[in-house]
Amino acid sequence: MTKITKADVEYVAALAQLSLDEVTKERLVGELSDILSYMDKLNELDTRDIEPMMHVLPMTNVYRDDVVGPSLDRETALMNAPKTDGEYFLVPRILDIE
Amino acid sequence: MARDWSSATGHEIHDALHHGTATASDITQSFLRRIEAVDGKVRAYVDIWKDHALKQAENVDSRLKRGQTIGPLAGVPFAIKDVLCTKHGHTTCCSRILKGYRSPFDATVIERLEQAGVVFLGKVNMDEFAMGSSTENSSVQVTRNPWDLKCVPGGSSGGSAAAVVADECVASLGSDTGGSIRQPAALCGCVGMKPTYGRVSRYGLVAFASSLDQIGPFTKDVEDLALVMNVISGRDERDSTSADIPVPNYSQALRDDISDITVGLPKEYYTDALNPEMRQKIESAVKILEARGAKVIEVSLPHTEYAIAVYYIICTAEASANLARFDGVRYGYRAPKVADVQEMYAKTKTDGYGREVQRRILLGTYVLSSGYYDAYYLKAQKVRALIRKDFEEAFQKCNVIATPTSPTPAFEIGAKTADPLEMYLSDIYTISVNLAGIPGLSVPCGLTQSGLPSGLQLLGKPFDEATLMRVAYAYEKNRGFDIGKPPLT
Amino acid sequence: MQYEAIIGLEVHVELNTQSKVFCRCSTKFDAPPNTNVCPVCLGMPGVLPVLNRAVVESAVAVGLALNCTVSSWSKLDRKNYFYPDLAKNYQISQYDLPLCRHGSLEIEVNGQSKRIGITRAHIEEDTARNVHDIGGGESGVDFNRSGVPLLEIVSEPELRSAQEAYAYLLQLKQILQYLNVSDCNMEEGSLRAEANVSVRPVGSTKFGTKTEVKNIASFSFTQRAIDYEIKRQIQTLEEGGTVRQETRGWDDRSGTTVSQRSKESAHDYRYFPEPDLVPIAMDETWVKRIREALPELPQAKRARFIEQYRLSAYDAGVLTSSKAMADYFESVLKAGAAAKPAANWIMGDLQALLTAAKTEIESCSITPNHLSEMIRLIEDGTISGKIAKHLLVDMFQTGKAPKALVEEKGLVQISDISWLEQVAREVIVANPGPVSDYRAGKEKTFGFLVGQVMKASKGKANPKLVNDILKQQLAK
Ligand SMILES: [Zn+2]
Repeated sequence: MTKITKADVEYVAALAQLSLDEVTKERLVGELSDILSYMDKLNELDTRDIEPMMHVLPMTNVYRDDVVGPSLDRETALMNAPKTDGEYFLVPRILDIE
Repeated sequence: MARDWSSATGHEIHDALHHGTATASDITQSFLRRIEAVDGKVRAYVDIWKDHALKQAENVDSRLKRGQTIGPLAGVPFAIKDVLCTKHGHTTCCSRILKGYRSPFDATVIERLEQAGVVFLGKVNMDEFAMGSSTENSSVQVTRNPWDLKCVPGGSSGGSAAAVVADECVASLGSDTGGSIRQPAALCGCVGMKPTYGRVSRYGLVAFASSLDQIGPFTKDVEDLALVMNVISGRDERDSTSADIPVPNYSQALRDDISDITVGLPKEYYTDALNPEMRQKIESAVKILEARGAKVIEVSLPHTEYAIAVYYIICTAEASANLARFDGVRYGYRAPKVADVQEMYAKTKTDGYGREVQRRILLGTYVLSSGYYDAYYLKAQKVRALIRKDFEEAFQKCNVIATPTSPTPAFEIGAKTADPLEMYLSDIYTISVNLAGIPGLSVPCGLTQSGLPSGLQLLGKPFDEATLMRVAYAYEKNRGFDIGKPPLT
Repeated sequence: MQYEAIIGLEVHVELNTQSKVFCRCSTKFDAPPNTNVCPVCLGMPGVLPVLNRAVVESAVAVGLALNCTVSSWSKLDRKNYFYPDLAKNYQISQYDLPLCRHGSLEIEVNGQSKRIGITRAHIEEDTARNVHDIGGGESGVDFNRSGVPLLEIVSEPELRSAQEAYAYLLQLKQILQYLNVSDCNMEEGSLRAEANVSVRPVGSTKFGTKTEVKNIASFSFTQRAIDYEIKRQIQTLEEGGTVRQETRGWDDRSGTTVSQRSKESAHDYRYFPEPDLVPIAMDETWVKRIREALPELPQAKRARFIEQYRLSAYDAGVLTSSKAMADYFESVLKAGAAAKPAANWIMGDLQALLTAAKTEIESCSITPNHLSEMIRLIEDGTISGKIAKHLLVDMFQTGKAPKALVEEKGLVQISDISWLEQVAREVIVANPGPVSDYRAGKEKTFGFLVGQVMKASKGKANPKLVNDILKQQLAK
């Protein structure tokens, strides 16, 4: 039984900004189906009354005071940039993808 | 030729420096020579910081010369998993997508160790972004198990474990999201610890799964483990999830007395999946604890069988967001010749990530996507609560839980790469610990017939690393054997 | 057919904290590109966010001012999408447990007041700024704005006209400014509004298809953009068409909204709880402390001004239009002036001077003490009201005290009765015509005669005395 389809893989790949070739897609349909089928194991458990656990630590209210600290100098900020004009990070044309 | 220090422990080195029988520079040289001699076989290091290490060693020596006191880790050579940010050298997570990346800051643990006078020898190999159990997912190289070069060192911190065991450093740092410290420590034969979630600051640890990740040490013995934990533990204001809970002196906690300890053996862990030889190793280790006065009881962790499913939902979901930032805009790899931003993202990510990373990103994206969130992610969070409750209940009855670290000893390179699910299932004994946020360590408990190390895993209550280390220490002192050194040369 | 519009507003406000929401970089506007940045707000590998307490407190203050329920338990979530201005390619925001919920805001349109529901107000981080057309088809990204704290305030779809939407925005801005949590400058982007607009036949209870109108870059565009969109939708329906669910951008030049055709990929933000931040637990004492620190809000202040100072509703409205204005007014009163003249001077001449000089009352060179002193000089007859008008201009320009200026320029009013009697006699003699007209009952010419006396005194004569003396002499 396949848990997910090629269309699912394509949808998720688009969300994750990965471009997959056909062979990879086919392979992933199989692999992800196996893994997701394994995860169905969780359905054996009735969890209706269980609070989901978001944090293992029972911590709340950790804050910082509103005090300005040092920023990076621009040279350091841009140090790893694949492309820059010395002021901005440069990126190729932005099509309206939002 | 000067004495070879490479097999020394941290506390031995400290004694030598303290008594003036060696200099930090000599010791560092000794390790650099050792790396040169064996790393061609082991392939633990991805970046060796020769000059930097010698400079740090000289600093320690000049302190000593001026008659200043030094801390217990001063002049002790360390290796760093490439997942930790360091201002010196590169920080790449052994991924093509971060090739050549230079971090503008040091991770908190690096800062603290540097303050303590540690000498950093360089960065060591790992599964790309810490995703894997064999270090085969590194984009740089495959690290070998020093005991058998055909075998994997475990993972994802395979380089950290192999470097310690091959005497290419005294101690190292790794990260553990689902067993990535304990499993390679077991497979290579050294001590490795995942502290309680929140015990050690994660600032500067490149995130894989934020709610599970912890940094921890690899050492040659428990005494060194305590020394490292003394330095790296404690609240850090840059990590909101680092706990504001006092850090005891772990070295003082190491007493060869466990008569007050009750050891729990979870019945769900001792099943047919456990290799009989491994089972026998654990059983004899438990007997030693019993002989030292510990009470041994059976406990139950009923939701154990769900842990792997829960883990691979939560860790991939978090990873899918954590890894989104590698997009070719601000740092790292950017695919050449792209017409627009969307093409830049797609090509950069597809060329930049290895197969396992892509698989996990897709899985994580899927379990969070519209229509599946409740069935997978939310469900997993609920079962995670059950798994944690299992441990809470078990720890009502015992102080520590003893289990195997890994169901099998090290496997051959390539043996499990074809089936990702099978690889995931090998994390069975380590994963629940991260889900519950509790501390766990692995201590060597002998060699198998084929000469491969095995590990005893000890689990403790949250923030009770001290008890865990005490039990491991008592075991180490009384196990009556030393697994010795791998036959590398 | 008659249609009605259904409008909901989503407002993003940049909070004016000193530092960003998750790191210690400055929030200062207009710094050189990529200078207020650090590893955290650049989304570099290995960084972690730490929440700024002031952001939580400002958000709660706004929530309380908008009559919201403050959640005792709230958390932050990751909202996942890719865009070059989003450092981590997820935005830390709040999803199912926003800090504030179920509030309301009262607006007034055409003298009618109406309560608009507030669905929620939540904390999130601002994105970087893309600078398009930097050359060669590339865009530049400036991360100074990345991580500036934002409060997103979402109204219920209870607004029924562009005018109401405008009133809502102004009222909201006024409250935010009273709380001093934001500059609310739409032009600089510290307040951004998006409108969800749909129309339906009057009497229908079903909602029509809505569009989202973005890119409204100033308060004055709000009304125009929404008005246009309502008309466009009605026209579409009248012509038998259907309204498409889409995002439309307001284009100021053409005065229309333009479809922003986005890729068909649906928004699937994959929200999940932010594991790097712990929950926000608001206990009652904390909320109480924030509530007690709230300033008097515009509505309450308006009511009090009407009640306490006997001002008209209109005057009270103008004087409470900003907290600075209201504070100024009350400082003038505190310095001794009576409410009515103080109100008149502030709303009239002073406001005109401020408008002409394009300054705000906060930076007015006339201190409340000086204005009060000037009003006293009028009341005790030292200067005339007419002189005062000129004096005010001098005070505005020089910042000097009115008494000093009066002395310096010799503006003291002439109250010398014998001199005024002398002048009045001369005026009566010199103007026999008007005098006999007046005596014949043409009261109007009295004003002319007063004017003549004032003119002879170069405007310095005490008008009240002039009146009295002239009446006396004309009666003879
Ligand atoms: Zn910053």
